[in-house]
Amino acid sequence: MMGRQISTLRVIAILLAMAFLLAACPAAAPAGSEGMAADGEMAADEEMAEEGAMEDEEKVLTILYWQAASLPGPYLSGGTKDQDAGAITLEPLANYDPNGTILPRLAVEIPTIENGGVSEDLMSITWTLKEGLLWSDGSDVTADDVVFTWQYCSDESTGCTASEAFLGIESVEAIDDRTIKITFDSPTPYPYNAFVGANTPIISSVQFADCVGAAAQTCNEENTAPLGTGPYRIIDFKVNDVAVYERNPHYHGEPAYFDTVVFKGGGDAASAARAVLETGEADYAWNLQVEPDILRDMEAAGLGKVVSAFAGYVERVLVNQTNPHSDLGDDRSEYMDGDNPHPFLTFPPIPQAMSMAIDRTLISEQLYGFAGQPTCNVIPAPLHYVSESNDTCLTQDIDGANALLDENGVLDSDGDGIREYNGIPLKVSYQTSTNSVRQKTQALLRQWWLQIGIETELINHDASVFFGGDPNSPDTYQKFYTDLQMYTTGPTIDPQQHLSNWICEQIPMRDNSWGGGNIFRGCNAEFDALFEQLTQTPVGPEREALVKQLNDINVQNNYQIPLVYRGEVSAHLDTLQGVWINGWDSQMWNVGEWRR
Amino acid sequence: MGQYLVRRILTIIPTLIAISFVIFAVLDLAPGDPTSALPETIRPEIRQQIRKAMGLDEPFPVKYGLWMRQFFVNEPLSLIENAFDIQIGDSEERLRVTSWGSRGVPVMDMILERLPQTMWVVGLAYLVAIVIAVPVGVISAIRQYSVFDQVGTFFSLIGYSIPTFFTGLLMILLFSVKLKWFPMIYDTNLQIVDWDSFVQQLKQSAMPVAVLGFFQAATLARFTRSSMLDNIPMDYVRTATAKGFRERYVVIRHILRNSLIPVVTLIALGIPAIFSGAIITEQIFRVNGLGALLIGAIQLNDIPLVQTVTFIFAFLIVVFNLIADVVYGVLDPRIRYS
Repeated sequence: MMGRQISTLRVIAILLAMAFLLAACPAAAPAGSEGMAADGEMAADEEMAEEGAMEDEEKVLTILYWQAASLPGPYLSGGTKDQDAGAITLEPLANYDPNGTILPRLAVEIPTIENGGVSEDLMSITWTLKEGLLWSDGSDVTADDVVFTWQYCSDESTGCTASEAFLGIESVEAIDDRTIKITFDSPTPYPYNAFVGANTPIISSVQFADCVGAAAQTCNEENTAPLGTGPYRIIDFKVNDVAVYERNPHYHGEPAYFDTVVFKGGGDAASAARAVLETGEADYAWNLQVEPDILRDMEAAGLGKVVSAFAGYVERVLVNQTNPHSDLGDDRSEYMDGDNPHPFLTFPPIPQAMSMAIDRTLISEQLYGFAGQPTCNVIPAPLHYVSESNDTCLTQDIDGANALLDENGVLDSDGDGIREYNGIPLKVSYQTSTNSVRQKTQALLRQWWLQIGIETELINHDASVFFGGDPNSPDTYQKFYTDLQMYTTGPTIDPQQHLSNWICEQIPMRDNSWGGGNIFRGCNAEFDALFEQLTQTPVGPEREALVKQLNDINVQNNYQIPLVYRGEVSAHLDTLQGVWINGWDSQMWNVGEWRR
Repeated sequence: MGQYLVRRILTIIPTLIAISFVIFAVLDLAPGDPTSALPETIRPEIRQQIRKAMGLDEPFPVKYGLWMRQFFVNEPLSLIENAFDIQIGDSEERLRVTSWGSRGVPVMDMILERLPQTMWVVGLAYLVAIVIAVPVGVISAIRQYSVFDQVGTFFSLIGYSIPTFFTGLLMILLFSVKLKWFPMIYDTNLQIVDWDSFVQQLKQSAMPVAVLGFFQAATLARFTRSSMLDNIPMDYVRTATAKGFRERYVVIRHILRNSLIPVVTLIALGIPAIFSGAIITEQIFRVNGLGALLIGAIQLNDIPLVQTVTFIFAFLIVVFNLIADVVYGVLDPRIRYS
């Protein structure tokens, strides 16, 4: 009997000891891995996050990203999450606002040709920093920091993920403490790529001095806690999990409202939406790729609002201008200097009728919800670049489409319900990536096209194959071995780079390993001439007119059939004020102005 | 026994080397590229530069050798240095295994940062599971086909047939959205300094622990029950009862003790799972444990991190297999290793 009691006691003791050890773990660990924050402060923050806004307590802003940030900043890790985690503390010289207008941030004003900031020959731009700028540790911000940022990112061995923005820059020099001159290697009509927007903020030349080139890979402390000039500064960064910021006492603007910002990552989009719209645990949730109906139901709970940010992305159908017929073997979808045209899609009334038969409003409302608007343009934004001459496509017109085909002699001569053109039945193959919204769009289009006598074969490929670019795979969007295909891309704030894809030279073919961006394989001399003119034209009304013309040539030649202008959806609590969601810049671009 | 142990420990070494080679080779051959997570606008030349900066261009044997050296020599040295605050050799120049997703951050630091959360949540769930499962299994066995047994069987079946992502979602909808009892976001920065923060910690762990505990308890309870049922008709039980012992004494001292031998083995084999975390559950409740770390690393093609985490899991599984074997011998005097 004695023995039994002892062994029971022993078991209880072991269990207690185990429980104790486990309980001690979370308490001990943060103390071990603690960053710069004092213990007491942090615990207080967390209670606040739980209890919501109460007087006299710390004001905490909780931001949820379902993809966790790997590093705060855009230079070593190219995700939006990383850029946005950086944008809370790092600042560029200027930002884009949600309309695509440039606003000065660290700079005094936006340099233009009129104010002499941009040289007449479009070869250089000169920025001036605001007076008295300080880093979050109190040290001075100088022109050298800007020069250093360029050196840091353009050093090949840094492996900088934002180096695209610095292409075409010959040199960046500090004229004096506050003046920076950027010289280009060729005339650059749009000189605002470098240091404008959250993808190219300024970093400290003192802090990162030993982190240039290959050494960037070893700068653990610097990479996870960069000094910033923004409204908040980083006090703790847990990789792929959470970043904590406090108010930056050295900020050049109005002091920020919140005492602490918590940037929490992980989980999934639906539960992030729920945490804001249904439980109110978080203030802001990013990129809610959730079925529109579910999102509407959540919003109906009344705690918060769903907001959308639009940049330039257009979901569209590309119309193959070359013949993709499988009998052609290796010559499928080869341009061959125009000798291999598509048998019927190059006859304008046919693709035009296909475009007329589409109900874009239905697609964007039912399938994209908050994240889509119907569009008839391939350049859908910024506003001053948008053409208005294609807007008739916004109304579906199946009768008109049928009449158009009848008038042009594209008739159903054998009575099988499918029209023929020069004896060839209008049967098209239509591919896209595997994705439920895309497959639903395909199904709708097939149904409408059947009503105008066109039969459609639907194909989908896994996104990693379709967009993968493997030159040995026949199923990539570059090879385009079907009549039609659908996906999204879009212009950056200046459309030149995007439009450059559609000149004749850019047609993908065997000889260039399918390397060009003119995926629809349309060659138009007028387009090429106007594009050449665009590369010489500085920002202004003339440039805007050119962009509209280029857009119209592309759309009116039926190279591409635009469907939906796509945005990103986020949500915030009703109590959170000052959110102005931005598609052109980081969604965190004005986080310093957020308040309750 | 001693000789047996030494032999077993020695065979671990080639096993682990083989495992590390397989993991490394599979990940190296697998398609996917750390730059594929970057925006599509980044040009191929720039992608190539980034790859080069990460050391991706080196041939396979060089990469493997480098990783072996970093993992088996440099990392342990750094761990020792950090633990005892001393310096061994030229630690500035010593290359550690660093992540590709979060460049510059040593993989080991990331793992150590995640370990406590996994130990707390998954470990606690395991403990809860054992505490519930063993008594349930025992009572179900001695009162076979009673109402308790039927109910227990019913819940066990539900427990292991419903996946954790479903029970997790149900719990969030019920306890966070409808009742607002528990937070749905696990807060890693919470520090336990007083009673309130301890309660807060319990509240935020309640749902993940319940989900995982339920799942594991279901399996363990069924196992305990069947193991008990195997022992109940044995001769030694009849002898003990014939000697006039009370039923409780027979059950606890004789049947349970013998029935627990396979259960303990099962528990020991399950311990690596505590470290490897519960990938899906951690993801649902935003617990930043090792499971969530591994998933994130796979999504970003952060190969050094995937390699290291997977290898550590493999190591734990091998070690706990050995421990299970040894424990078996200790618990069951009939087994003798030679």
